[in-house]
Amino acid sequence: MTRKDRMNSSMIQVYEIESGNFTKAGEAAGNIKKLLRQLGIDAGVVRRVSIAAYEAEMNMVIHSIGGIIKILIDPEAITFKARDTGPGIEDIELAMKEGYSTATDFARELGFGAGMGLPNIKKCSDDFIIKSEVGVGTRLEARFNIST
Amino acid sequence: MRINDIINVIPNTLVTGKELLQKEVRGGYCGDLLSRVMAKGPKDGLWITVQTHVNIIAVAVLLEISCIIIPEDIPIEPNTIEKADEEGIVILSSPLSAFEIAGRLHGMGMDG
Repeated sequence: MTRKDRMNSSMIQVYEIESGNFTKAGEAAGNIKKLLRQLGIDAGVVRRVSIAAYEAEMNMVIHSIGGIIKILIDPEAITFKARDTGPGIEDIELAMKEGYSTATDFARELGFGAGMGLPNIKKCSDDFIIKSEVGVGTRLEARFNIST
Repeated sequence: MRINDIINVIPNTLVTGKELLQKEVRGGYCGDLLSRVMAKGPKDGLWITVQTHVNIIAVAVLLEISCIIIPEDIPIEPNTIEKADEEGIVILSSPLSAFEIAGRLHGMGMDG
């Protein structure tokens, strides 16, 4: 199968993210990276998606009560979606500010909670949307154009 | 510069990846905040960090960092070693501080 054949149809992958599981954390991002490489996606795009996926996954492990990551691959773009079921972000503007973090001391000792997660995702993507409601959850969508 | 060249200049114990020493290293980064490393770490590079938990391997894999140096003989968690073996990441443990290691590598002509 050529790269073009593989890329002709859309593809969706779903990963479940467990809250607080630091040992498993990063696995979904790793799997996404492997998949994109197998599909022959440009190395620069793979790196940007990988970074965004890692940051979103870590955010969910550290802050959420769990959720789902979805990756949609079609010939023009890669769309990354993360959705959790709470607790939600009180002030998104503040959360988007580099250096701001609400991570616990435990997470910080492990090197998380630099307050760069969401800004990193935004920087890496071509399009970025985040919506959150306290008590409901957070939805994040990042799009990465595939240059042909 | 190859990992082999680094091994000759930095006192170390090779923890994982003895079959990977011919790998080329193109730059280095020093840091313990993982998001900062994600944002700045060089591809095919080397990373010096005091973090020793398994998640550093996830970061290395995603950034294609080929070698991690743990300074000050900090004990490395067994599942980190296991994962590094699985993913083909070289881990070196050194008695030197991160400052000393980075200084020596820089002196050899390695850039950030």
